[in-house]
Amino acid sequence: MSKLAEVNYNEYLRMHRFPTTWCAGCGDGAIMKSLVRAIDEVKLDRDKTAIISGIGCSGRFSGYMDFNTLHVTHGRALAFATGMKMAYPEGKIIVVSGDGDSLAIGGNHFIHACRRNIDICLIIINNYTYGLTGGQVSPSTPLASSTPTTPYGSIEPVFDTCKLAIAAGASFVSRSVVASPLHMDKMIKAALSHKGFALVEVMSNCHVNWGRKNEFAAAAELIKHLKDRSTFSAKEAEAEGKHLLGILHQDKEKKEYSETYCEMIEKVQARVHSKGGA
Amino acid sequence: MSQIIAYTGNQIIVKAAIDAGCTFYAGYPISPSSEIAAGMAVELPKIGGVFIQMEDEIASMAAIVGASLTGRKCLTATSGPGFSLKQENIGFACMTEIPCVIVNVMRSGPSTGIPTFPGQGDLMQARWGTHGDHPIIVLVPAFHREMYDETIRAFNLSEKYRQPVILLSDEVLSQMSSRIELPDAETIIRIDREQPTEDPKQYKPYDHSKGLVPPLASFFTGYRFHVTGLTHDETGFPTENTDVAERLLSRLQRKITENLDDILKWDELMVEDAETLVVSVGSVARSAQQAVLEARERYGLKVGLFRPVTLWPFPEQALLHAAAGKQRILVVEMNEGQLALEVERVLHKSVETLLKSNGVLITPAEIKGRLLAETSLKAPVRGFAG
Repeated sequence: MSKLAEVNYNEYLRMHRFPTTWCAGCGDGAIMKSLVRAIDEVKLDRDKTAIISGIGCSGRFSGYMDFNTLHVTHGRALAFATGMKMAYPEGKIIVVSGDGDSLAIGGNHFIHACRRNIDICLIIINNYTYGLTGGQVSPSTPLASSTPTTPYGSIEPVFDTCKLAIAAGASFVSRSVVASPLHMDKMIKAALSHKGFALVEVMSNCHVNWGRKNEFAAAAELIKHLKDRSTFSAKEAEAEGKHLLGILHQDKEKKEYSETYCEMIEKVQARVHSKGGA
Repeated sequence: MSQIIAYTGNQIIVKAAIDAGCTFYAGYPISPSSEIAAGMAVELPKIGGVFIQMEDEIASMAAIVGASLTGRKCLTATSGPGFSLKQENIGFACMTEIPCVIVNVMRSGPSTGIPTFPGQGDLMQARWGTHGDHPIIVLVPAFHREMYDETIRAFNLSEKYRQPVILLSDEVLSQMSSRIELPDAETIIRIDREQPTEDPKQYKPYDHSKGLVPPLASFFTGYRFHVTGLTHDETGFPTENTDVAERLLSRLQRKITENLDDILKWDELMVEDAETLVVSVGSVARSAQQAVLEARERYGLKVGLFRPVTLWPFPEQALLHAAAGKQRILVVEMNEGQLALEVERVLHKSVETLLKSNGVLITPAEIKGRLLAETSLKAPVRGFAG
């Protein structure tokens, strides 16, 4: 059995900000460690890497990680990230978001970042809910869930984040589950190594605010449930409504937005200079 | 040699932004501001700058803040509906002290209103549009050369005070053309935000120990720091310590209120011996100026004009001084009395108003007609509760 890569987490984290605000057993901690391992393995330069997050439990990632970090308004992390990437194309940009942050209030920025295929790595932590505000229904909450805003069971149809990203034009789309750290590492590493818009959706547990009201009050039970609801078989995913894991789409040839823009600048400047001025 | 060229107001903003050192623009199409985006889309690539049309108004405001953190001078432009949408992220920039410039070409409102007709209904939104108490600098030019200068000043104030600066134009100013003389490029003063000099490990992005405006490092330069819209301490990390919160919010206000001499700007026309003082801003102030000149020349009326160029913070002392001893104060504006509210607050008395918010510019003749009316007291006077 493979082992997780060894890494000195303290080197990448702002240890003076610990302990985290996350609940005991929350998937966010495991995902943050996975992100650190992946960053360590692909050897990102911390001075040239920015981590941007929005609002929600995922929003706290940026504060805990020792990089150039920006914690912005609800749903808008990708829009800030797009500006930053265009202003500094040499920089590596990682956005950490949640299902509510990315798919509801930030849905427009999500599809347009995918469409542009801008070189941003987006990790969406899908825990089925708005954990920080008390577990309200999100675009990814399973049907019939009991939540404070769906007390009689959710009738909200669910987004398939990855299908949405593929349809919108993202060139790397993958899904993992917090129950499988090795697989998470592999997906995040692949996403960080990809040039273009790279999505990793990680199915994660909010046993406190979703699980408690839906028969999965213990972290371990909910993590097991998520594992059971995940599969590497497309057939099984289709037939049984499970979360399909793995790299679901990758197009290495697709033009990346900031690079295309830089090429345009070069052409425009060449034309201006050949005319002897503006 | 300075150049004399015919420009529309929107073209002047483009020219001035480039001359001010702006290298990043993000925006979304909206009348009557769209020519600013179109102009920046042409000009920025020529100088190696970046233009991006974002998916919505919110995103374009977010993008310029993200871009500004890399050290670039950034601009967005919009009109009423878009200005409303940008408010949350304007507040984010106020709280995190990230420089940027927002142009609002005011149109007739509320809501969609009459998109291609002028209005001045956003004077208060420019001050109070985003939630929470926050500092803001708002400039409102009335003439095209002034528009050029104030656009450059907007960038400079923004950089100097780590502060979003809003430039208010309106449909008339932005769409009309005039021939203006531009300054020589080498005479333009460009201010860049102060950079930290200390070791990156010691850097605190909100350190108030050396002054009200802490130096702002750029991302990707080795200074790894945290920026959050949460209430934060000197290191930039969130806090729920209410003493720290008070210190931060107080400093945010004081960096503006303790630099009024530098920030405030206003114009006075024949105020000294005037018995009646007209107060007006933006394109309406052009009509007011014409009316004041004609009333003086043709009818011998002792009238003067007070015109804020910095609208927020409001030039209170200057207005108090200009209004001292005047029998009559007439506020003229294209809305339902927003500037008048501020004038009344400052002067502690009711003032006379000439208001119009139907999308038609108030003409010099209308203002002159009111100035010639026998007495102000019979004219509609607004109640003053203060």
